[in-house]
Amino acid sequence: MSRQIDVSDLDIYYGSFLAVEKVTMEIKPRSITALIGPSGCGKSTFLRSLNRMHEVIPGARVEGKVVLDGQDLYGPGVDPVAVRRSVGMVFQNPNPFPTMSIYDNVLAGMRLNNKRLKRSEADAVVEHSLRGANLWKEVQDRLDRPGAGLSGGQQQRLCIARAIAVQPQVLLMDEPCSALDPISTLAIEDLMGELKKEYTIVIVTHNMQQASRVSDRTGFFNIEGTGKPGKLVEMDATDTIFSNPSVKATEDYVSGRFG
Amino acid sequence: MTTTTPALTGSRRRPGDKVFSGSAAASAVLILVILAGVGLFLLAEAYPALVAPADEIEGGEGLVVYLWPILFGTIITAVIAMLLAVPVAVGIALFISHYAPRRLSQALGYVVDLLAAIPSIVYGFWGFQVFALALVPLYQWLAENVGWIPLFAGPASSTGRTILTASLVLAVMILPIISALSREVFLQTPRLHEEAALALGATRWEMIKYAVIPYGRSGVISASMLGLGRALGETMAVTLVLSASTSAITFNLIGTANPPTIAAEIALNFPEATGLRLSTLIAAGLVLFVLTFAVNFAARALVTRQKGGST
Ligand SMILES: Nc1ncnc2c1ncn2[C@@H]1O[C@H](COP(=O)(O)OP(=O)(O)O)[C@@H](O)[C@H]1O
Ligand SMILES: [Mg+2]
Repeated sequence: MSRQIDVSDLDIYYGSFLAVEKVTMEIKPRSITALIGPSGCGKSTFLRSLNRMHEVIPGARVEGKVVLDGQDLYGPGVDPVAVRRSVGMVFQNPNPFPTMSIYDNVLAGMRLNNKRLKRSEADAVVEHSLRGANLWKEVQDRLDRPGAGLSGGQQQRLCIARAIAVQPQVLLMDEPCSALDPISTLAIEDLMGELKKEYTIVIVTHNMQQASRVSDRTGFFNIEGTGKPGKLVEMDATDTIFSNPSVKATEDYVSGRFG
Repeated sequence: MTTTTPALTGSRRRPGDKVFSGSAAASAVLILVILAGVGLFLLAEAYPALVAPADEIEGGEGLVVYLWPILFGTIITAVIAMLLAVPVAVGIALFISHYAPRRLSQALGYVVDLLAAIPSIVYGFWGFQVFALALVPLYQWLAENVGWIPLFAGPASSTGRTILTASLVLAVMILPIISALSREVFLQTPRLHEEAALALGATRWEMIKYAVIPYGRSGVISASMLGLGRALGETMAVTLVLSASTSAITFNLIGTANPPTIAAEIALNFPEATGLRLSTLIAAGLVLFVLTFAVNFAARALVTRQKGGST
């Protein structure tokens, strides 16, 4: 179920402001692609354009192509709701539905798909997804408790479980660990290693150690100054980006000599 | 040279804090004093009616028999008004907060706020002279076609000044406040929760169901209770609109025999009332006071239970 994404000449706008310019990128299936770069360079904006979440902001739009498995996500007649059902997303701040139980949180996406689930099927999905997110052992005896009662790291894993419960083709993660403590961060990094066996994963991170630890390929975004659009400067195998990048700006950034 | 370490202990409070906490406490106490004062006043003034022999009370059968129909009238008009107003108000609020394009939603919000500014006597005149008459054909149709439902048993009033008309006018009156407050809470739904739903592939309505309504629920309850409170106490509009005949307890909403509400009963009779009759009316006021109090209390309890997180 994991799929390749081909982005070509993608321009991303907020109203008349061009935030990200001319990105062309190939995202391989069953791998982790990390996006790094200074803040404000458009990493989140780019990531959100991959599941058409960008356009929920009034005035936001894109030009160019994002092709998932042969289909242009921005093609005529493509329903953004359907796109989001096959490209899952995990946000920077954990956002389980606060009034829903853990159990119902995991099933939230399933229920949107209007599938009538038998209780036994639902139970199986919940257990499978929570195991997939490495959370099952911690919550199995309190599935009926509200999701908001968990710790930050647990909430984030609950959000991952919720995202994978619908078996998306791609999983997008926008700085999923930046609000978490180091132990929870490690737990999620381990989890990503597991998940890439089944999913195409794209992760935005400002933590370069994290990018080098978890990802197979890394893209470096940069911005020339405020008001200028962000650009994809370089994209390559993670080892190459961190040891032997071909662009000076990339080297400066990954070696911490940025500014 | 001796150095003095500044004292870290001790509770020297800053003057600003003192003034603020003092005035906050004073206002809280003042509110309680006013409440207690009103309650005591009502109790003292109503006392003669509470102890008077049954045959001296208006109607000749005692205070309870006198009060019961008007209490019933108060509750039934207010509750029907709320049942009619809440769904519409919430719908309007959702439309303004999450569906309408920004221009339209601002204009609509403005119109709703204007509705709230219309004085109740104007609603009363309009309800009595225009709305009630316009509803007569509907009531006749209801009585003829669905008369088997006790609520529409008929025979239909020929003036249209029925319980249902009063409830409808009240519904229009409480709509703006419920809708305006609900809109405010809906607008405050955290983007994070809305995006959580959207990113799962929720349509706009599903996003509202998952994120907006759960977040706004306690606010909508408070807003509804404020509306209910206003409907319970509304005087002028009901006095004008409802053609009341005392001591009719009926669920027939479109008939000719309608119980008045407490507020309307007091407004109609207060000018000429003296002595025991006056005490009786004040006793009715006391009942309304207690009822409104209970409604607010229940609302508060409901809201805190919601916030407790048990779904
Ligand atoms: N909702 C928005 N409306 C307008 N401009 C935005 C919005 N979100 C982000 N931007 C702008 O887009 C650019 C890229 O932002 P973002 O994608 O958040 O960067 P990053 O995630 O790399 O820190 C910034 O200049 C930012 O100000
Ligand atoms: Mg970002």
